Amino acid sequence: MNGAVPGHALTLERLTKRYGGFTAVVDASLTVEQGQFLTLLGPSGSGKTTILMMIAGFVAPSEGRILLDGRDITVLPPEKREFGMVFQGYALFPHMTVAENIAFPLRVRGLARADRDARVRATLDLVQLTQFAERRPTQLSGGQQQRVALARALVFDPALLLLDEPLSALDKKLRAELQEELKTLHRRIGRTFVNVTHDQEEAMSLSDRVAILNHGKLVQMGGPVELYERPRTRFVADFLGKSNMISARVAEARQGGAVLTAGGTRLVQAMDGARAGEAVLLSLRPERITVLTAGETAENVVDGRIASAAFLGAGHSVTVETADLGRLRVTIPTWQASVAPEEGVPLRLGWSADAAAPVADDEDA
Amino acid sequence: MRERVRSPEGGGGEATEHRRRESAAPSSKAARASGNAGWWMLILPAFLLMTGFYIAPILQVLAISVTEPTVGLDNYERLLTNAGVQRAIVTTLRIGIITTAIALFLGYALSYVIALASPRAQRWWLLGVLVPLWISVLVRAFAWVTLLRRQGLVNEGLRSLGAIDAPLELVWNEFGIVVGMVHYMVPYAVLPMLASMREIDPRLLAAARGLGASRFTAFSRIFLPLSTPGLIAAGVLVFIFSLGFYITPAILGGGKTLMAAEWIKIQILDIVRWGMGTMLATVLVVAILVTLAIFSRVVNLKRVFGAGA
Ligand SMILES: Nc1ncnc2c1ncn2[C@@H]1O[C@H](COP(=O)(O)OP(=O)(O)O)[C@@H](O)[C@H]1O
Ligand SMILES: [Mg+2]
Repeated sequence: MNGAVPGHALTLERLTKRYGGFTAVVDASLTVEQGQFLTLLGPSGSGKTTILMMIAGFVAPSEGRILLDGRDITVLPPEKREFGMVFQGYALFPHMTVAENIAFPLRVRGLARADRDARVRATLDLVQLTQFAERRPTQLSGGQQQRVALARALVFDPALLLLDEPLSALDKKLRAELQEELKTLHRRIGRTFVNVTHDQEEAMSLSDRVAILNHGKLVQMGGPVELYERPRTRFVADFLGKSNMISARVAEARQGGAVLTAGGTRLVQAMDGARAGEAVLLSLRPERITVLTAGETAENVVDGRIASAAFLGAGHSVTVETADLGRLRVTIPTWQASVAPEEGVPLRLGWSADAAAPVADDEDA
Repeated sequence: MRERVRSPEGGGGEATEHRRRESAAPSSKAARASGNAGWWMLILPAFLLMTGFYIAPILQVLAISVTEPTVGLDNYERLLTNAGVQRAIVTTLRIGIITTAIALFLGYALSYVIALASPRAQRWWLLGVLVPLWISVLVRAFAWVTLLRRQGLVNEGLRSLGAIDAPLELVWNEFGIVVGMVHYMVPYAVLPMLASMREIDPRLLAAARGLGASRFTAFSRIFLPLSTPGLIAAGVLVFIFSLGFYITPAILGGGKTLMAAEWIKIQILDIVRWGMGTMLATVLVVAILVTLAIFSRVVNLKRVFGAGA
């Protein structure tokens, strides 16, 4: 199945899935390149599992096509696709030992016993479970079960590895550990991974590319940094971390930017294709705002007063009440705060013209 | 309730149930006795009732079998010498095994369909399985006679289709008995099997297929082994029930095929040989207890029957 290139490219073309009158996935198109780690990220019920099940072949798309290296596999049954899959909850076979679970895909492919044993041993080694080979899945911890599921999905050299919320059943500390392991594993074996999660931190830290879903629609796809810094919609900005939303109007369009007004405040903002009079929604990350000291200035300056403050260790999270922009959330790194921020203290805030990103307002979509 | 007591099949069923409880009791008794003594007061009335109405008569049966007509094991010796009783036992075992095999096969297929159906469909299927249990065994046996006799619906239907020239002998023989008994036993086979199939996570089957198994392999490697405890439980249950059938063989066998229960009845009521009748009755009870004892070593008895109820 696998030639010189270990990974395979997967393309979804205008995939739609309807259940009766309800549409679970709408017109989703995307491409995962060879060896890439793609994560489908979205809140619960956004259609992530449905897309993954269509890729795996368990759910037939209502419309659209699925291509593997350009070959149409839309109607291929799951057992012919050669994809490894880690199910939500792992779905380990309870009547088989760890080694038998991992040997299962090789057994159904009719591999000779010696060959099978060697591959199982190598894979047990890869996920560091060698000493648990003869245990039953119920005798393992959650993290170990997750690794068995991973080993079982990888042992037959699948064209693609599909993971449905592989870490969400684990506690926070273990999750961080296994995230690291998963990332290392991906780098080491160079396969194409498609992961599903509702945890934005997991998505950002693991993936080469993230596809954000909401109500069955693919809202935006890109690298983690691009998505965080340049969200295209309000939903993406809100879902990936915290963001200040600023409603403004274009007063004057310029080359590559615009002058905006929000109440009596003038803002300069880098953007394309602004038209005078048009309403604009900006997403401004709390850490892109700086507190200006006397005499300091910035492209955008706003005065305010601290409404509340919380110390978070690495920094202070401060909410500042402003006259025209409402409440702005600001993150001040601990080393920059000369005195502890307190309620009622006046502050001057500043940010550059490219700090904020104009977004479409899709919140009630 | 009265209906069940009057019909020996129902009676046989209840008797088996009592035996089950009895044999399941020792382990739970030990656990509970250490818990609190007040609990014992709660089960005391049930215990007295069981002793009075169930254990005492059984002991009496045992007593008669070693005292009539003379004191000793003469009656039991006949097990080795009397062709009549041997024939009755062999017939009972043969029909019991055939019935169990067919009821298990049909019941397994039915349970499989039910277990994988949508919750709504499951309720209807289950109703369909359980309704026959509420129909008197007499009514069901006579219904089979009307269907299977020489001028019955089946023979007439086949004849009008030109499939046969002369009517088939479908009733008043072992075939008829097996049909009636299988029909009676299928719901009892379905319940324990369905209970164990319902505990199987359907995602395991999807996982198997995703890992490269065909539908058939997913069934044989995953579903079948996981449903085996239910299959064994159903097998034991059905087999034990089949040993005690009376009305169904009496009506559908037409008096030509004698099974143990009817043979006992003939001994006691027709030729008044109480010793022989009670001897075979005792043998039956012992056989059932031994089956259960072996079975309880293999599978957790209480869990299996508890889940089936
Ligand atoms: N078999 C199904 N029948 C009807 N609706 C379904 C079915 N499977 C999923 N859905 C619906 O499709 C939507 C998306 O589900 P899913 O893909 O599981 O979401 P996610 O994995 O993102 O939480 C949900 O609203 C869910 O109720
Ligand atoms: Mg899901």
